[in-house]
Amino acid sequence: MGRKEDNIRIASKLMKTPQYVRNIGTAAHIDHGKTTFSDNLIAGAGMMSSDLAGEQRVLDYDEQEAARGITINAASASMVHHFEGHEYLINLIDTPGHVDFGGDVTRAMRALDGVFILCCAVEGIMPQTETVIRQALKERVRPLLFINKVDRMIVEQQVTKEMMIEKFSKLVAEFNHKIANILPAPLNKEWQVSIQGGTVAFGSAYNNWAISAPFMQRSGISFKDIFEYCSREGGQKELSKKIPLHEVVLEMAIKHIQPPVEAQKLRIPVIWHGDLESKIGKEMMTCDPNGDVAYMVNKIVMDPHAGEVAIGRLFAGTIKKGQTLYISGMPNQQRVQTVAMVVGADRIPVEEVQAGNIIAVTGLKDAIAGSTVSSMKDMDAFEKMTHYSEPVVTKAIEAKNMKDLPKLVEVLRSIAKADPSLNIEINNETGEHLMSGMGELHLEITEYRIINEHGVDIISSPPIVVYQESIKGANQNEFEGKSPNKHNKFYFLVEPLEPQIMAAIRAGEIDTEAKIKDPKALAKQLEALGLDKDQAKGVVEFKNANVLIDCTKGIQYLHETMELIKQSFEEVMMKGPLAGEKVSGLKVKLMDAKLHEDTIHRGPAQVIPAVRDGIYGAMCVAGRNLLEPMQHVFISVPPDFMGGAVNLITQRRGTILEMGQDGADSTVAAICPVADMFGFASDIRGSTQGRALWSTENSGFQQVPIELQKKVVADIRTRKGLNPEPYDASYYSGM
Amino acid sequence: MMTSELVFVGLGLSGIDGMTVKALQALKECDKIYAEFYTSTLIGASVEDLEKMLDKKINVVYRSQVEEGEDILSDAAKMRVGFVTAGDTMLATTHVDLRIQAKEDGIPVRLFHGVSIFGACPTSLGLQPYKFGRTVTLPFLEMDYQPKSPYDHIKENKDRGLHTMILLDIRADELRYMTAHQAIEWLIEGENKWNEGLITDKTLICVATHVGAPDEKIFAGYPQDLLKMDLGTPLQTVVLPGNMHFMEAYALVDFAGAPKEIIEDE
Repeated sequence: MGRKEDNIRIASKLMKTPQYVRNIGTAAHIDHGKTTFSDNLIAGAGMMSSDLAGEQRVLDYDEQEAARGITINAASASMVHHFEGHEYLINLIDTPGHVDFGGDVTRAMRALDGVFILCCAVEGIMPQTETVIRQALKERVRPLLFINKVDRMIVEQQVTKEMMIEKFSKLVAEFNHKIANILPAPLNKEWQVSIQGGTVAFGSAYNNWAISAPFMQRSGISFKDIFEYCSREGGQKELSKKIPLHEVVLEMAIKHIQPPVEAQKLRIPVIWHGDLESKIGKEMMTCDPNGDVAYMVNKIVMDPHAGEVAIGRLFAGTIKKGQTLYISGMPNQQRVQTVAMVVGADRIPVEEVQAGNIIAVTGLKDAIAGSTVSSMKDMDAFEKMTHYSEPVVTKAIEAKNMKDLPKLVEVLRSIAKADPSLNIEINNETGEHLMSGMGELHLEITEYRIINEHGVDIISSPPIVVYQESIKGANQNEFEGKSPNKHNKFYFLVEPLEPQIMAAIRAGEIDTEAKIKDPKALAKQLEALGLDKDQAKGVVEFKNANVLIDCTKGIQYLHETMELIKQSFEEVMMKGPLAGEKVSGLKVKLMDAKLHEDTIHRGPAQVIPAVRDGIYGAMCVAGRNLLEPMQHVFISVPPDFMGGAVNLITQRRGTILEMGQDGADSTVAAICPVADMFGFASDIRGSTQGRALWSTENSGFQQVPIELQKKVVADIRTRKGLNPEPYDASYYSGM
Repeated sequence: MMTSELVFVGLGLSGIDGMTVKALQALKECDKIYAEFYTSTLIGASVEDLEKMLDKKINVVYRSQVEEGEDILSDAAKMRVGFVTAGDTMLATTHVDLRIQAKEDGIPVRLFHGVSIFGACPTSLGLQPYKFGRTVTLPFLEMDYQPKSPYDHIKENKDRGLHTMILLDIRADELRYMTAHQAIEWLIEGENKWNEGLITDKTLICVATHVGAPDEKIFAGYPQDLLKMDLGTPLQTVVLPGNMHFMEAYALVDFAGAPKEIIEDE
């Protein structure tokens, strides 16, 4: 039996014994060696054993290396490690190394119980290092420290042993300081790391070696020896045989990261907001394989053969092949086609998997990153899947090379599935696709992934702000929309939608996507939110955060025209009268209609334009507003750089909301229009020498200042090839 | 100074010689002629044929130009403008709007009636115009437009013992004309959907093909039999008879090949 098959057999057995399972990840500042580190673990431990001959090892290793692109995409790898007389199953997840958009870093962390924070020995703790520590602690994931690139320190910087020890002590102290500040007692003490305690290791991921205090004792290799090996030609190669990185690191994980059974006791109360005393709550706390299924999807990977592969953490229960499960927010059950563990680039199908493991499941077509999957119909979800229907920045992208055209479409589809905060509009005719997201940086990272992870070269347009349209008030007199043949008329009133209803739509409490299934229940819900009873009964459909209400009574033929009215309403809501942007917060009331006797004279060509003109005209009379997306900006910066950061905000039409103190740093919370946030990343890096820690959060839409609206509207219209001046009400009444 | 006037001329159902002599005289006096053929077409004649006969240029206009009406009305304010359609300008079509606008703009209007399907179809079949209920049109079904009202109206007529003349959708701009076969299928599918007993295997249906043209053909029979027959090509009209006067039954058997049993049934 080959090494790989052997591993698979052992792994499938180990999955059933959570005390021998560890779920770990890696996180780091950019360029601190995260990828090399993960590769070391996967290649060193997962696929080959030390008792096999060297030749085979090299072969295996090469294959693994070649498959690296896929491994990293696979985002997860399970491996077997032997330690103190027992085999352990280590599940490794690669956390995305960037600012958190739409929660993907949080989600990756949530699947883990422990994480190696990599830190470059030369550069020390960087802003991003701090961020990943914070992200880990927020999800109650225990961070262990790995000091990387020690060889560079020794070879390039020529430091002495004393200098190195001093530097490491400082690094460890700083690391512990963060933990002490963020965590409550007693974890703030228990999770401190130390070299002596074996919770810190150092080495060179690039050269495949590492060492920790316990290993020093056991192997007899001292600080002095390390210096000697590093300064000698071929010395590091010897080190990689004597103290291979994966052994040191995996031993550390096994000893210091809690098995799921223990970790979940600590973590579930923090990461899940349901009732801990409920049955499922207790089952998750105890990692009970006999309980209901509680599975959180961490990532979706598109497989050319299997389709959507959901990778995530099983917190309770057992998932079996063929079982049907509920996906949070989705009405229908879905059947599990395969359950698998991920070993390197492959998925190894197994019959069933028990709680405590990180696994891949196929068949869950409705699942997206962040979905909670359960055997219970109404399990409290780990995260509320809100509709990310309000992207704020758009870029047009197209393939650089003709041959990549079909591949790009495929890549975009899989990216959209994996990142629910991203909105992709595919245009097969022009090959120019629209990609909308939560900010400039979000799209830049996505572009980076398309190019580097998926290998498709693209050309992209500069970012464009996504605006919305709404109305100032209501139109007093019904606005008449006439069909082109003038034989059909529709009468409309528009007014702003009740804020409580808007809020319910945003919170996902009203499903605006699906067809209205139970009008009575919906009417009741809307009435409770303050909508007039008659109007609540007349709701025909939602589009974006807008609603169409039929206020007419007993008009002949109206019912067979209603689908056309809805279609036209949808078109109008997607393309407002001011600048062709999406409409939001509108209540459209159909008050009356006059229809021609014959079907042909009230067909699509007549009804659609009539309804469009009616709603557009009513909006003109009510007064049209342009709304722009706003972002909350949170900055944390050493006090010396505070002035620069505040200046940046005020230069960008920003408003400072709050200033404060967080440990030694000063903090600013502000709100800024997205339109003025372009280029912020590089500006703030410049004005704070890269010391600022910052994040943004979209905070909805606000009216564009009156003095700017005319110009912004003209700019958008010109960009879209429209006449700069929007049409007025008389145009829509056919005058 | 030219005379301002808008002259509506119905060309009748086929050929360049289907209009009345009066209408022909009026057209010859026009300074400019507009024609629309999107609501129906003239069987067996082209625009060029008409131009040659009148020795005048004919401006063929499309839906939006007529619906906006601007060119036609502004010309008619300055000169004598002819507006021609197949059949009659005011029957199956919706041009009354143009006439109202002309009236409001103070443009004098004259109407020259043409032979219309509304008269020709019943008479060709030998059915009595007194016994028709409201006319319906079967539209091509679309995802968002699947009206049931034509079915309902035919049913209402039938329940009251009245005949229904069924016009078929014309999409001249898409070159789509509903055939009699498609219309019969429309009715059968409607019956399957709504199940109200309008169409059975023994429901008599009449088809009139190229009414008013030299190659006019008429048929009467049961749905499945008609579907198997060659009924010719559009333009076609379908009639679903209600209760028949004995004369009507004889006419359908003698003129349209209806099964003899319908006579005994009366």
